[in-house]
Amino acid sequence: MSTQQPILQMTRIHKRFPGVKALTDVSLRLFPGEVHALMGENGAGKSTLIKVLTGVYSIDEGLVEMEGTAISMRSPQESQAAGISTVYQEVNLCPNLTVAENIFIGREPRRFGCIQWKQMNLRAAELLRERMNLHIDVTLPLQSYSVAVQQLVAIARALNISAKVLILDEPTSSLDQNEVDQLFRIMRKLQQEGLSILFVTHFLDQMYEISDRVTILRGGELVGEYMANELSRLDLVLKMIGKELHLLDELPTLAAQDKNSLGDELLRAEGLGRRGGIEPFDLAIRKGEVVGLAGLLGSGRTEAARLLFGADKPDFGQVILPSTGGGVHSPREAIGRRIAFCSENRKTEGIIGDLTVRENIILALQAKDGMFKTIPRKRQEELAGEYIRMLNINPPSPDQLIKNLSGGNQQKVLLARWLLTEPELFILDEPTRGIDIGAKAEIQKLVLTLSRQGMSFLFISSELEEVLRVSDRIAILRDRRKVKEISEKDMSQQQIMQAIAGG
Amino acid sequence: MPLNRKYIPIVVTILLFIVMFTAGSFRYTGFFSLQVLMNLLVDNAFLLITAVGMSFVILSGGIDLSVGSVIALSTMVSASLVQQQGWPPAVVIPLVLLMGAVFGTAMGAIIHYFSIQPFIVTLAGMFLARGLCYVISIDTITIDNTFYTAMAQTRIPLPGGSFLSISAVIAILVVAVAIFTAHYTRFGRNVYALGGSEQSALLMGLPVARTKVLVYTLSGLCSALAGVVFTFYMLSGYGLHAVGFELDTIAAVVIGGTLLTGGVGYVLGTFFGVLIQGVIQTIISFEGTLSSWWTKIVIGLLLFIFILLQRVLSSRRLTLKE
Repeated sequence: MSTQQPILQMTRIHKRFPGVKALTDVSLRLFPGEVHALMGENGAGKSTLIKVLTGVYSIDEGLVEMEGTAISMRSPQESQAAGISTVYQEVNLCPNLTVAENIFIGREPRRFGCIQWKQMNLRAAELLRERMNLHIDVTLPLQSYSVAVQQLVAIARALNISAKVLILDEPTSSLDQNEVDQLFRIMRKLQQEGLSILFVTHFLDQMYEISDRVTILRGGELVGEYMANELSRLDLVLKMIGKELHLLDELPTLAAQDKNSLGDELLRAEGLGRRGGIEPFDLAIRKGEVVGLAGLLGSGRTEAARLLFGADKPDFGQVILPSTGGGVHSPREAIGRRIAFCSENRKTEGIIGDLTVRENIILALQAKDGMFKTIPRKRQEELAGEYIRMLNINPPSPDQLIKNLSGGNQQKVLLARWLLTEPELFILDEPTRGIDIGAKAEIQKLVLTLSRQGMSFLFISSELEEVLRVSDRIAILRDRRKVKEISEKDMSQQQIMQAIAGG
Repeated sequence: MPLNRKYIPIVVTILLFIVMFTAGSFRYTGFFSLQVLMNLLVDNAFLLITAVGMSFVILSGGIDLSVGSVIALSTMVSASLVQQQGWPPAVVIPLVLLMGAVFGTAMGAIIHYFSIQPFIVTLAGMFLARGLCYVISIDTITIDNTFYTAMAQTRIPLPGGSFLSISAVIAILVVAVAIFTAHYTRFGRNVYALGGSEQSALLMGLPVARTKVLVYTLSGLCSALAGVVFTFYMLSGYGLHAVGFELDTIAAVVIGGTLLTGGVGYVLGTFFGVLIQGVIQTIISFEGTLSSWWTKIVIGLLLFIFILLQRVLSSRRLTLKE
């Protein structure tokens, strides 16, 4: 393979944003017919590199060559014309258009300027059948299908642009295992057909399963390019995070430490359910307890959390807070009763991009105090500084706009915001999704530390290992129903997997 | 069932029109005739033309508040050039259309290249165009040009003794061209894509800038054409013509089943949205004793119902797995 000419070569790429060096001297080679993983922590520069490749950002310095000739990419159109197609993490298609249109829009088959719908639908169905092994009605709007199917449609669109290079940006982050397997089968097939795939991922297993080679970035710089089968897991992680390996080793033991000192029941859900969301379930959370919520995507995890927080109105049952006797009927009431909820949609439901880190941190506390009791600027700065240190937020500047931070650091700011209100119960919905290992470990550690100080958690995650690590008890959901609750001694990946799979 | 789903709003609109027309036919003698039906088109030709342009704007996720003022300005420019300057209509009409298109293009360009909300840009356009009317004259300018009077009075006979006006025929042609444009041209589909997700449209490599600006050009052009048709109808130019008309237009589009958030709707729906407004007015005039303000009340209620319907439909988005 190394004797071959790379199909795509990026040499010494530099990219600066105001105040930030996003990419420094980064190079990347992509050979025909390989799956090449691009890995790195959050803020390592993966997203920037992808955006450079797709023409969303222009580079300050450096050279991009496609099959030996230099190309310029100043817009997504130019990048596509050069043969580079991208499928983004959040599927970037139009949900209101039909599946067929999403594949063909911009290049619809036409006769005398008139779009040939019949032909388009036929070709779309054929394309999905032949190359994606997907048998669906292509005349329905895209939004009637699951994210996994949308993802495959996005790939079909990319392929239809006769791509030579396919970039998959975190394609697996919202897929369940079956869907991931299906995606990988398709990736292998495409690889055999000679397509080069640049695969961006956070999942180590997936990287090893599918990739031939891997390029690792850290802090906007190139760490190196390696053959996947010659790189051990330990080396990979070391190269990605460059430090703090002890955090990972330390973690599995943390949960096992004494947690017998659980307090009284803090919150109880009795027959709580919502039509089309989750079937009625019971759940109790004690003081200082971490309850994990495991299940596949779409199993009703988020729906359960939203009911507990009062964000959705239940059709059945109720939430009871035994200590005060009252219930929870709205998020406002929940916050008043010291329940915090950190949503899984960080971007749309959490951060306010154009405010600074400090303002984002202060937000919930200010809301709790009411608008007339402004928190003094000096106090704000103290608090922000304290949490920036405690959670290791990077860059450690309270006046940075939050939209300039990496995903992991944005998540930490959100945690800080809620922690400031001193909640008794903290509902974390996918707090570590899309963030790097180092930040992940820090957040897990934080949960354990705080729970030992008496804070209760409801911890939702699609990563089983993570749920196991932090939870005292795990409730398992399957197909929008709570199927099992297991506590410490029965807790193993196998047990949970069986419950999730319905074995 | 899922296939029906996206057609629900438009089906509701069409059914509503049929129900109202039927109800009118049973209640009033002389209501059930082809001519009453044709009059809906004759009397609302300019609304129909404007609403077609507005449909594209709303489908793209925008809004255009300037349409009423552009109509007024068009009548004013037409009247002034034809009546006071004595220019031939064959020059004036293309000029007015060009003016509307340029006006729309300018607004579209500001909206896109400075990323300013369409609401505020077209609001400014609304004041500007309305104000320009009074620069020409503060009084009504009556037109007695033979071409204009001919256009106003010509009846195109239809079988059964009924007739259409030239304006109505123009409006029908506009609707037909718009339906074709929306569904069978790239521009049309790009408008839908833009309304679905601008970010996605951009990343899919669609010509977002061109589409967005063109949508306002189209709306400006339609408004100017509606202004020309309105001049045929009123035979005058006046700065107070079509005041508040932009809101009637938006109402027609929404009652036609187009989602205000963009991306979902049909030009045919708008056609029936306009007819519904027309049928309400007709019923009220047949009733005789009711004030014409009842039109507004009924339209208000209908709007509420349609917005709620859209909400219900979009919140219960069903998820099919393969």
